Amino acid sequence: MNTLVRDIYNSIHEFVRTFGAFQLFFLRLIRHSPRMIVRRPGLVVKQIYNAGALSLVIIMVCGLFVGGVLGLQGYANLSRFNAEDSVGTVVALALIKELGPVITALLFAGRAGTALSSEIGLMKATDQLAAMEMMAVNPVRRVLVPRFLGGVVAMPFLVAIFTCIGLFGAHLVSIDLLSVDVGAFWQQMQLSVSMDDIHEGVIKSFVFGVVASLLAVWEGYNAIPTAEGVGRATTRTVVISAIAVLILDFMITAVML
Amino acid sequence: MLRRPENWLKALDRSSDNLIEIRDLMYSRGSRVIFKDMNLTIKRGEVTALMGPSGTGKTTLLRLITRQLVPQHGAIFVDGVDISSLNQAGLYELRKRFGMLFQNGALLTDYNVFENVAFPLREHTNLSNRLIRHVVLTKLHAVGLRGAADMWPSELSGGMARRVALARAMVMDPEILVYDEPFVGLDPISMGVIVRLVRRMNDALGITSIVVSHDVAEVSTVADCSYLISDGKVAASGSPDELHAANSELVRQFMHGMADGPVAFHFEAPNYAEQLLGRDAE
Repeated sequence: MNTLVRDIYNSIHEFVRTFGAFQLFFLRLIRHSPRMIVRRPGLVVKQIYNAGALSLVIIMVCGLFVGGVLGLQGYANLSRFNAEDSVGTVVALALIKELGPVITALLFAGRAGTALSSEIGLMKATDQLAAMEMMAVNPVRRVLVPRFLGGVVAMPFLVAIFTCIGLFGAHLVSIDLLSVDVGAFWQQMQLSVSMDDIHEGVIKSFVFGVVASLLAVWEGYNAIPTAEGVGRATTRTVVISAIAVLILDFMITAVML
Repeated sequence: MLRRPENWLKALDRSSDNLIEIRDLMYSRGSRVIFKDMNLTIKRGEVTALMGPSGTGKTTLLRLITRQLVPQHGAIFVDGVDISSLNQAGLYELRKRFGMLFQNGALLTDYNVFENVAFPLREHTNLSNRLIRHVVLTKLHAVGLRGAADMWPSELSGGMARRVALARAMVMDPEILVYDEPFVGLDPISMGVIVRLVRRMNDALGITSIVVSHDVAEVSTVADCSYLISDGKVAASGSPDELHAANSELVRQFMHGMADGPVAFHFEAPNYAEQLLGRDAE
């Protein structure tokens, strides 16, 4: 009984400690960010390229097919009520408010997040971060901040691209394949999608960008510096990012309803 | 960037000074005590070797001296300054006076050899690209790898990587060069090259070198003074000749590479016969 209580106490203690450290880590990244943006924009741009441009293929292909499947499902179900003209509305609202930000964030965690974690973890395991410390270069500022900012900047753009390609996919399926009226498709969409819906998507994409990038650099930076440790950190990045994104998605949606 | 004349004078002026002093150092990791009441002095301008069996915490000691780790008790003075009193800015200023060669080189894998050596210059100075090119090529020439400037770290052999790392460690003209196991895993030719470089850098640039190693033969050829560390303390110190002639059993075992002695061949274990008979499980 005594050991059980102690175990529970230790777990809570460990959780609170880690969570506190995580928040301080976030503040450290924020504190160094303005200086890196002003003084070393090249480093940030390179990481935007790494996190953003290199994720484009997976984002575009997935966007196309997610949009396509939404078109199919939307048509199949709406046509039961003779409401297939509304397929544009359904697809647009689903993509802009939910699927765009969420699926992009999950794909981002799998593509860019894991790359960041394993890269930083390996830099740690091969003493590159310690070498920077010894060269009087702060690795948090030099290595982590540009990677964090790269993800934060890239995510809203990726979400926008995912959503646009998704709409294009839905267009292809419902108009070219299922012969929905093209005028109805786009007009219904324009009538029912308001600026608030777009705001919701933008806010989500920004929050998910911060969370997914932050978790990726945190896991990499705190990886146990061995092959196994880096592997585990990479896995944790995907798992924790996915959970965090879905929980936050629920919370933001609830707040913005 | 380059060593300022007044520093030269200061260095000459105080050539007999102790550059690094460790006083009553105590450091433990978890329940394992690594150093206890350790005292050690490193003289300016000399090559000092820190030797000891594997697992005695030689690398840990280096990390303490460069404050990558903080001791639980005791003080470390570098040039008279207690390094535990420094804030981060002060610490980084201090570290600019250090150059460190890591065991595996620790080259930055996303930069080529030239950019690796140029890295500290680009981070800390506003030198023009032309000047940076000059300085980097000079340093690479000194380690014999000017021709490898465009290669990537993954294309280098272990010995070459360590020489590039040495060029990088020297590029800011440090006062103290720290080598972590520079001789491990090198073929005899690369080993000879590194041994000669350690000595030459020290004498030609008037710097202080700290070499952590357990290669007795190599250390004997380069070190002015050696410390043998065992059980968290300095077990013996002196010139390589003095250590070779020492009476202590531990020093003899280490210097002559004997399998058994004060450092036991067998790791702590239960009784052999009883374990084979399975009685230890009962």
